[in-house]
Amino acid sequence: MEILVCARRVPDTSENEIHLNDAGNDIERDDLVYSINEADNYAVEEALQIVSRVGGSVSVVTVGSEEDEEILRREMAMGASHGVLLSDDAFAGSDGRGIAAVLKAFVQKGHYDLILTGVQAEDGGAQVGGMLAAMLDYPFASLVTAIEVRDNGKLKVSREIEGGNKEISEIDLPCVLSIQTGINEPRYVGMRGIRQVASVPIPKFGSADLGADAGLVGEASAKVKRVDYFVPALGKGAEILQGSREENIAKLIELVAAKGGLN
Amino acid sequence: MEGMQSPADVMFGLVPGRLVFLLLHVLGVTCFAYIVARRLTPLVHAQKDLRWDRPWVRCGKVLKFWLGQWRHPRYPLAGTIHILVFSGFLLLATRAFSVLIEGVANGFVMPGLSGQTGHIYNIITDCASTVVFACMVVAIVRRLVFRPARYEVPARYGKGHKADAVFLLALIAILMVADSLFEAARAAAQTRTGLPEHFALFSLPWLFSAGLASTSLVTLSKIYGAAYLLHELTFYFLLCYRPFGIQFHVETSLFTVFFAKLDRGTVKPVRWGIAEDKLEQVKSFGVKTFEDFTWKHMLDFYSCADCGRCSDNCPANAVGRPLSPRFLTNKAREYAFQHYPMFGRPGNGKALVGELYSEDEVWSCTTCGACEEECPLLVEYIDKVVELRRGLIDDGNVPQSLQKPLKALESRGNPYGKLEKKKADWTTVREFQENCKVRIVDAKNGADTLYFVDSITSFDDRMQSIGRATARILKRTGSNFGILGAAERDSGHEVRRFGEETLFQALREHNSDAIKASGVKRIVTSDPHAYNALKHDYKGMPPVEHISEVIAQAVKSGKIQLQPITNGGVYTYHDPCYLGRHNQIYDGPREVLDAIPGLKRVEMSRCRDRSFCCGGGGLMLFYEPKEDERMGVKRVQMAAEAGANVIVTACPFCMTNIEDAIKVAGLEGKMTAIDLAELVDRQMVSESSRQA
Repeated sequence: MEILVCARRVPDTSENEIHLNDAGNDIERDDLVYSINEADNYAVEEALQIVSRVGGSVSVVTVGSEEDEEILRREMAMGASHGVLLSDDAFAGSDGRGIAAVLKAFVQKGHYDLILTGVQAEDGGAQVGGMLAAMLDYPFASLVTAIEVRDNGKLKVSREIEGGNKEISEIDLPCVLSIQTGINEPRYVGMRGIRQVASVPIPKFGSADLGADAGLVGEASAKVKRVDYFVPALGKGAEILQGSREENIAKLIELVAAKGGLN
Repeated sequence: MEGMQSPADVMFGLVPGRLVFLLLHVLGVTCFAYIVARRLTPLVHAQKDLRWDRPWVRCGKVLKFWLGQWRHPRYPLAGTIHILVFSGFLLLATRAFSVLIEGVANGFVMPGLSGQTGHIYNIITDCASTVVFACMVVAIVRRLVFRPARYEVPARYGKGHKADAVFLLALIAILMVADSLFEAARAAAQTRTGLPEHFALFSLPWLFSAGLASTSLVTLSKIYGAAYLLHELTFYFLLCYRPFGIQFHVETSLFTVFFAKLDRGTVKPVRWGIAEDKLEQVKSFGVKTFEDFTWKHMLDFYSCADCGRCSDNCPANAVGRPLSPRFLTNKAREYAFQHYPMFGRPGNGKALVGELYSEDEVWSCTTCGACEEECPLLVEYIDKVVELRRGLIDDGNVPQSLQKPLKALESRGNPYGKLEKKKADWTTVREFQENCKVRIVDAKNGADTLYFVDSITSFDDRMQSIGRATARILKRTGSNFGILGAAERDSGHEVRRFGEETLFQALREHNSDAIKASGVKRIVTSDPHAYNALKHDYKGMPPVEHISEVIAQAVKSGKIQLQPITNGGVYTYHDPCYLGRHNQIYDGPREVLDAIPGLKRVEMSRCRDRSFCCGGGGLMLFYEPKEDERMGVKRVQMAAEAGANVIVTACPFCMTNIEDAIKVAGLEGKMTAIDLAELVDRQMVSESSRQA
């Protein structure tokens, strides 16, 4: 099975302190460290596991700049066979629809049976997967927590629905799935693995190579624009239970139950 | 020899003893040689291990740990039994050899052992065989009746080894009896012809010869021949059977001790003989299949005598983690026996983790070193665990709980993912800064001393207090010191011990460059893990001291004077593994405590080189082990049993674990923990009152 995973490089929320810039319209990016979007990493792991079961190969693609190559290399160190960078000045400032349009153009240049995205980017809005499927006229399932390849050219997928329940569906290939975190346990990528793929060339495709719909791509075409950032004010501190162990346990159960945590 | 012919001349039916025994010798020796050759096969397929360096140091180890049985008395009863049996065997070796030759050479006497010397030697061996026999009886009774807990085999590790152990002990007892009976029969016959024979009083041969005093010469002759045959058969059976079980150590221990690891606190290189900057050539890191172990590590598997001392002292085993060093070795030995059989082709190397070992087993070790400190044969464990982890890391097989901190170490240089520029924030607390300004050193602003703070002390709110205490102590001792600040990355101590060698080397390279650029002449650290890393894992560093060493020296020289304890309390010192066992610093911290007037100090039953790990440092704080209880909880309970209510330690990770454990154990308000640096900082007589 030929699988394409669409990935994105984002500021790592666990290793950064996010502050607004002085203008208030973006975050302070000087001291940020970036990594692959967490859900995308799960998607790559899932793709690798599928390939190890049924054969095929995994490609990882991202829309961005040279800096974004680092996540492609990380995923290649993880086991992906190819990394592809889609980069062009014309792509800058695209909204979700624009990114989906670029990806659509790339997908149509190859032959992929399955396209995976993370459920959402940590700095995004879970838009691209669905839009990409629509543009390709592929079936789409979101929030996928399990994938089983069936013999009839279809997949059986589980989707997370409210309350921890799961919906099991059958979906035709080719299709687009957005992968929920927790679907698997992504393997570790060490520095040694990354060094080993450090010199593997990463193909780069621009606007002209892809022939993406210029009317959808780029800042001028974007119909969704970021106008502001809001950071919630710090609330009051945590409530600390002060009593004997038994009292605390009783109080805690009461509090959790009151918030609907115990059914 | 008159009275009784030599065993060579005894007739077994129509066959003379000479022929029987010659056949036995050839058969026995050939079998043994074949078995040993088969046992050595995996060692030939193993990884390299350079163990021929410093031969004199190695000979010293042999004298101390092998011949001197140095570690045996740590378990007084078992140790005494072993020392007696071991010395008995050494004394009996010559005799055994000469008795064997007697079977084919009529009247053979070992050169140098004729006449008076021989007589004295005989008296000694009479005693030796008797003592060994008695020890076997005691050992069998111990195994069968008293059944010390450390010999038991938990169900998850398979069948018990009691039957095999008792069988082997019994064989040795039989060997002693046969030898003595043979000797007694000969003597009893000789006395008939008027030749006097002297045995050590109450020795086995003495008893037997007394019992045979009225036996007829014909019967004596039969007993004599039968005893000799029994001795021969038992001897060769034992020789050939030992390589199939725990008694192989009789043959291998000398080599295991000679080739033992010499450098404490270090970790085995990824591949012996391949320089660190050439590691890219190495296709696979660590141990994935059995053949990835080095030959020395395989020799360790053979040499383990299954005495259970390692696991008896292992904190992971004590709290029910799925790790027992004894079975790490046992399982590998069984694997070797199974896959390198006596007949047929060796089996192919399958992945060890997942089959022989579980992942949790491999991650459960805190590398505290209690097992290695205890092993009478100096069997290594930490390197093997690290090697197995390297293999897992290389395959991307890392627990999710460890992936985030490892990733953060890669991108931010600390496991918490904190910003580099905040590394020196602990120095900017106002009351502290007013009295003790801490400089940042770099190529332009040098200092004599570098305080290497490391991640936890820099970023953890509670541990920052240890950092400030250390800084004030350094100031008081008159050091011109500074810190690296944002340029300091994690020392990487646990990164290396968790098997992420490449990341460790990157961290080390960064720190080494920063330290060298600063031009400092010495390094001080308050964290034993960083101390061990800088001292043993880094190269070309200026001298490294732990703050407890600095304090001990300053107290001795009078630079630091300590005021009396006024609020009472009973103190106990918890030895951090990487200060104590791995670096042998036991006395300094205790001397400092004893220098505080009025301080009452008690020792926990497990202290010094038997200190009980608090739960491990560095990345171990992120790992979620499967365990019944926390090591720290066990440790604070030990402190409570010793009657202490203040635990003094000298490591920020110990502090984390112990303070957590005090809460978990429900001892809050009854027990506190304090770092040695904090205690000294609190008790230091202020500069002004000293001048007054």
